[in-house]
Amino acid sequence: MKSSDVILQTTSKIVFFVILLFAIHLFFEGHYRPGGGFVGGLVTAGAIVLFLLAFDIKTVSILLPFDYKWVTAIGLLISILTAAGSIVFNVPFFTHTYDHFHLPLIGETSLHTAALFDLGVYLVVVGVTMTIIQTIGESE
Amino acid sequence: MSLLHIAILSPFIFAIFIPFFYKGFKSIHTGWFTLILPIVLFLYFLQFLPKVGGGSSVIETISWIPSLNIDFTVKVDGLSLLFALLITGIGSLVTLYSIYYLSKEKEQLNTFYVYLLLFMGAMLGVVLSDNLIVLYTFWEFTSFSSFFLIGYWFDREKSRYGAQKSMLITVFGGLSLLGGIILLYIMTGTFRISEMLANVDAIVNHALFIPAMIFILLGAFTKSAQFPFHIWLPDAMEAPTPVSAYLHSATMVKAGIYLVARVSPIFALDQSGLWIWLVGGIGIITLFWGSFNAIKQTDLKAILAFSTISQLGLIMSLLGVGAAALHYDYLDDNIFMVAIIAAVFHLINHATFKGSLFMVVGIIDHETGTRDIRRLGGLMQIMPITFTIAFIGAFSMAGIPPFNGFLSKEMFFTGMVRVLQMDIFHLETLGFLFPLIAWVASVFTFVYSMIVVWKTFAGKYQPDKLSKKAHEAPLGMLISPVILVSLVIIFGLFPNLLSDTIIAPAAQSIMPQFIFDDIHISHWHGWKSPELYMTIGVIVIGALLYLTAAKWKRVYRLFPEKLTFNKLYDALLPSLETGSNLFIRSHMTGFLRSYLAYIFIFFIGILGYTIWSKDAFTINRANTAEIGIYEIVLALLIVIGCVTIIFAKSRLTSIIALGAVGYTVSLFFVIFRAPDLALTQLVIETISVALFLLAFYHLPKKFRHEESRRFKLNNALISIAVGVIVALIAISSYSTKLFDSISKYYVEHTYDPAGGENMVNVILVDFRGFDTLFEISVLSIAGLGIYGLIKLRMTRRKEG
Repeated sequence: MKSSDVILQTTSKIVFFVILLFAIHLFFEGHYRPGGGFVGGLVTAGAIVLFLLAFDIKTVSILLPFDYKWVTAIGLLISILTAAGSIVFNVPFFTHTYDHFHLPLIGETSLHTAALFDLGVYLVVVGVTMTIIQTIGESE
Repeated sequence: MSLLHIAILSPFIFAIFIPFFYKGFKSIHTGWFTLILPIVLFLYFLQFLPKVGGGSSVIETISWIPSLNIDFTVKVDGLSLLFALLITGIGSLVTLYSIYYLSKEKEQLNTFYVYLLLFMGAMLGVVLSDNLIVLYTFWEFTSFSSFFLIGYWFDREKSRYGAQKSMLITVFGGLSLLGGIILLYIMTGTFRISEMLANVDAIVNHALFIPAMIFILLGAFTKSAQFPFHIWLPDAMEAPTPVSAYLHSATMVKAGIYLVARVSPIFALDQSGLWIWLVGGIGIITLFWGSFNAIKQTDLKAILAFSTISQLGLIMSLLGVGAAALHYDYLDDNIFMVAIIAAVFHLINHATFKGSLFMVVGIIDHETGTRDIRRLGGLMQIMPITFTIAFIGAFSMAGIPPFNGFLSKEMFFTGMVRVLQMDIFHLETLGFLFPLIAWVASVFTFVYSMIVVWKTFAGKYQPDKLSKKAHEAPLGMLISPVILVSLVIIFGLFPNLLSDTIIAPAAQSIMPQFIFDDIHISHWHGWKSPELYMTIGVIVIGALLYLTAAKWKRVYRLFPEKLTFNKLYDALLPSLETGSNLFIRSHMTGFLRSYLAYIFIFFIGILGYTIWSKDAFTINRANTAEIGIYEIVLALLIVIGCVTIIFAKSRLTSIIALGAVGYTVSLFFVIFRAPDLALTQLVIETISVALFLLAFYHLPKKFRHEESRRFKLNNALISIAVGVIVALIAISSYSTKLFDSISKYYVEHTYDPAGGENMVNVILVDFRGFDTLFEISVLSIAGLGIYGLIKLRMTRRKEG
């Protein structure tokens, strides 16, 4: 479907990044303000869907060359490894930990293993949503 | 593991090697290998005779499931030894006979001997086990191996029918036997029969005594083909004749008799008289019914089958009547004890003469090609040896001197006549029925015994009706029946050979309360004894009836064929089938809506009943919060949305209204201060509405016509009831808050030590991250599922 929706395509190019930034914001804010991996993932998927609407599946799959089933799998893997990682330190499964670190560029930051788990959730949500939408969209 | 255990298990072990003998030694009949085992076992069991005859018994135990009180305990006493000798002795003769009966070229001999050995081992297990669970295990083994043997010629429909019928009836009985065993265990706490005997007073006065008795009797009656469960035995005659001779005359059908005799010391003490009336009464009815029906048959094997039924009834009735002895004084000269001795004696005699008769029938079948008495006749000169065997066997069965059947029949009459002297359990009024029916049945027994001999061997030889040219049987086939009829004569002439060695110990095991030490079986009771006149009457009336049989045989036509138990059984199976079909079809409609209705009705019923019976509905407004204007407006919106969904004419309207309801819910989340939920709800609602629209768009044109929902009163009532029940439960559970919420802990610990400020998220990923892990797994499965559904459907379509 080649469309000539110039306005839609141009605005979506700008809006895509705004939405993506908002999604990333939601994701990182999760532990302190409303948000988190789930909503962040959904909003990210929403941004990609906007691209799908403005362009077509082929174009989007060239722009974002991901196999979303892999994204789902990697997300699950990250989550379960984060949860299982605690076993190495001889504490119960799913024990999180956090501490403050001094990182170059960003400075004093607190890093939390829960964020890693949330990253898994984020990837799963993006992967699943996009798998569903793409599959349905491709089927005729 | 003692030698006794090995003896019981040896047929099973030996059975494993039979196929190798069959394959490895094609030129030698497999039966010769098999023959070794029963002979060795018979000799082995013979050595117990002196020990058991002295009144002691041998007990050996190996542990099987000690935690459940189940041990493989073997006990050899008089009764067990009698049966073990019968099983191995007749087993040897039958194996020998089958070597000549079954052709090496035409038959699958390996399966035959494997089944036969399985049966032999199982039967030995039944009679030698002291533990009831072990007994039951072997009991079912006999049912199975008998099933295999009846269906040996499995390509014949009648064999399959007979096998199925015997299986259904005996397994029914076997299961109820198991029930009886369990009840006995509940009463005594042991599965050992000998320990139960020590505890017999506790059992007799227990409430479960009568149910246990009835369950165990059901097992015994079905196995021993007692009325009205006798119907499987005539159909089991489709088995090869050696099998009929072994299983269905000498051993398996006596397993029920063994069981009754074995539990007699427990149940015969019954104070209600039920035992005497059930065992004695059913036995005497079976005796009559079997002998009455035997005359009607034209197939020799069928005559013998009904005769077996009748003789089993005879033994059973003796065991029942003998139980009365326990209700009288415990003196040595208790006149009712004779019934037990008669039962044991007749058990032996029946095995000898019935085994030989079956073998004779097999020979006739083998040499002439038919068993139909209407086509047979005049074989006396052609098969003189067979005739002699049949003559002796049948006359013994009829109870004519000097054969052993005469002696046990005399003792049977003695036992029955003495019922007249009993004055308990209504036997003083109805007891006269026992000798009367016994005498009538004996007349019939005489008649069919004569039919077996004279219709087959006397009269005119009709070679044109026979498919083969008749001639005398080969010598090997004659050995076994000759041995059996020799025993018939030996036991007949010297009955006291057996009395001390085996009859007394066996009777002792059935009635341990008495002392059987001076048994004397004599031919001559003197002129005064009623038994003599009864026997003379049987012979005279029987002979008259036999000679005039053609005239009175019309009697059988009076009895409508439709009312027989066979017809009942045949009607029962299909009607059970159609009945269950109807039952399934009546509620398994295949419509999802019916199943949903069942689920909801049960939901309403169970919850509603609980609320009503526990008086659980409460309203307590102490915990309720103030209702603001926003809540009211939003609630109104949701109600409008829901009503629209239900009553909308177009599906599109319903979808939109559903979306409206979803968004209103997220607004509720906003005013109830749940921002995370509100965010998620908004996004998810959008996606699901989009999916609904997709589904709507792809509806087939045929079903897209817009039509409002049809109103169904049932559905409306169910849905209203579900709503009301859920509302009632919600209100009541909110009104009865028993404990404080645990949320205080989360509030206090979100920042330290969990290191977050958004409590919802901290709970999701930290406190209860486990749930989240599996929720994302659910999500992944759903995504892959959709992918699979769509992609796989497309590939399959291409293939088709």
